[in-house]
Amino acid sequence: MEVNSGRITPLLSDVSERNGKPLSTLKLNAKILRELNLIRYREDSGGVELSELGRFVLDLLKEDYVREPERRAGDPTSRIPLGELTRRIGALRRRVLRMVEEAGSGHLSSSLSSLTIIATLYLAKMRHDPKNPGWELRDRFLLGKGHAAPALYAVLAECGYLPEGELSRLGCLGGLLQGHPEASIPGVDSASGSLGQCLSIANGMALSGKMRGMDYRVYVLLGDGELEEGQVWEAAMSSAKHRLDNLTAIVDRNGLQLTGPTEAVKPLEPLADKWRAFGWKVLEADGEDPRDILLALQEAEAVKGRPTVIIASTVRAGSSSRKGWRRGL
Amino acid sequence: MREDFGKALVTLGMELEELVVLDPDVSTSTRTCYFAERFPDRFLNVGISEQDMIGMAAGLASTGMLPIATGFAVFVVGRGWEQIRNTVARQKLNVKIAVTHSGLSDHGDGPSHQSVEDVALMRAIPNMTVVVPADGPSAAEALRASAYHRGPVYMRLGREGAPRVYLEGAELSLGAANLIREGSDATIIANGIMVSMALEAAELLAEEGLDVRVIDMHTVKPLDLGCLERAARETGAIVTAEEHSVIGGLGGAVSEALAELRPTAMRRIGVGDSFGTSSRTYWELLEAYGLTPKAIADATRSTVGRRI
Repeated sequence: MEVNSGRITPLLSDVSERNGKPLSTLKLNAKILRELNLIRYREDSGGVELSELGRFVLDLLKEDYVREPERRAGDPTSRIPLGELTRRIGALRRRVLRMVEEAGSGHLSSSLSSLTIIATLYLAKMRHDPKNPGWELRDRFLLGKGHAAPALYAVLAECGYLPEGELSRLGCLGGLLQGHPEASIPGVDSASGSLGQCLSIANGMALSGKMRGMDYRVYVLLGDGELEEGQVWEAAMSSAKHRLDNLTAIVDRNGLQLTGPTEAVKPLEPLADKWRAFGWKVLEADGEDPRDILLALQEAEAVKGRPTVIIASTVRAGSSSRKGWRRGL
Repeated sequence: MREDFGKALVTLGMELEELVVLDPDVSTSTRTCYFAERFPDRFLNVGISEQDMIGMAAGLASTGMLPIATGFAVFVVGRGWEQIRNTVARQKLNVKIAVTHSGLSDHGDGPSHQSVEDVALMRAIPNMTVVVPADGPSAAEALRASAYHRGPVYMRLGREGAPRVYLEGAELSLGAANLIREGSDATIIANGIMVSMALEAAELLAEEGLDVRVIDMHTVKPLDLGCLERAARETGAIVTAEEHSVIGGLGGAVSEALAELRPTAMRRIGVGDSFGTSSRTYWELLEAYGLTPKAIADATRSTVGRRI
């Protein structure tokens, strides 16, 4: 390090102290980064900044956010045996495929990435009664990413809210099942389809439960791309303000939106930190594993005094693995 | 007008325990502060976030509460329009949207805060009822009628006090226009603050020997077609008067209806196709935009001359 090394020493000492790393190691690292032209020392203040190349490399690294989450240990409480749940989700997956194929339109991959979460909620977790869709004390579910409607409809039919045959009339003129959820469909707790609105609605429902002394819970499933809508963050502040611990938001973190990776379109990371900064308890889960989803939901239920968000990593069809899209699949 | 509104909210709050008021942090301006003081547990200051407010109101309504979402007309309608359309109206939720500072009434704040398009925007939404009361007492009545009406309602109030039209208490039934002055030569159909001006215009015209009917068309949607058709048939000349753009509001609604029901000689008094502007007083602003009894009287006289 020929010039200015003295200038960044205080900075490195600070980092060293905070992270318990030897100062000499950090100095060596800084030297290497600089030689690789990934960082440069600023002329004025003595700070360090990323070079163009550094920024580019970091962006590449940031795309590695969709990681295999650590699965929880233990056995969740489930209304039905986990084996049966998994089997039914498999059957639902095939049904959703058929529905979208028959309808000739609909967001297939986005429906599939949400399916395990929605099915787990309705089949194994939520308090609800398909014979009495208007039951006041039922848990509520809102599909923020309304374009995953086929998944919701398939699950509602599986529960008995809709006749199975209705599913093959998705999107038909005069049919019950609209392209996006409508309140007139039995079992649908809120219309959606316009992104970014459901967290506000869920807040109203959760608040109403608190005001009226009703112990139902409110679940809202948000798409990760949906988080680009500003209203979500207005609502996130409201949930925290009202300490809505009867509310659980789940983010379907499939990493993709219409035209590409979320991190390329409008980077969301560090996503967990964002929610934490907004006053939420953040949990991460494997959104393709009903067992892990149930354990996370249980954990969320135990949180008092603030809302919880579960960032559920999921797979969008078309990619064979969580990282598949980056391999061009 | 907002004073009467603020007080009426408190009265209704005593009657209806499911009533909650949502406020995007303008309660001292909209006078929902009275409700906040009396019922702190049912008052929600949602912060400066109209979109979130409308969504929250929808959630409250769908779980049995009676939310009244408030704020300034231009911001609640402008920012919250898509939320109102997609979440409230599409599901026919029992949300009341009661706004103040409509029209040019926020004279000092200028065009950013004035609202001359809101009625057009709200009227175009299916399932929506749109009401524009004439004075303080009718604002209180409109609020009551809205609260007891099942479904979404948009109620539009001004910032400033309006001259009293209903001296002995107002009666207001949503969708039923109030015939407030009989007449056979022409009809002035007005709402909001323009109702009192329409009455003054009718007085001016009476001095000239013209017998002019005045209708308070407080509900722009659904429009009272019976009353409108009768006025067209019996007087043959219609003038509308509103503190709103002549595009899409009361004048628009009346024109659309008459074009099909009974083509009639017509004029629309309102804000031309333009934004507002700042002024020191409300009344000088109204005058600058041609919202005066004289302008209404002139338009009526010319319309009588063009009767079909």
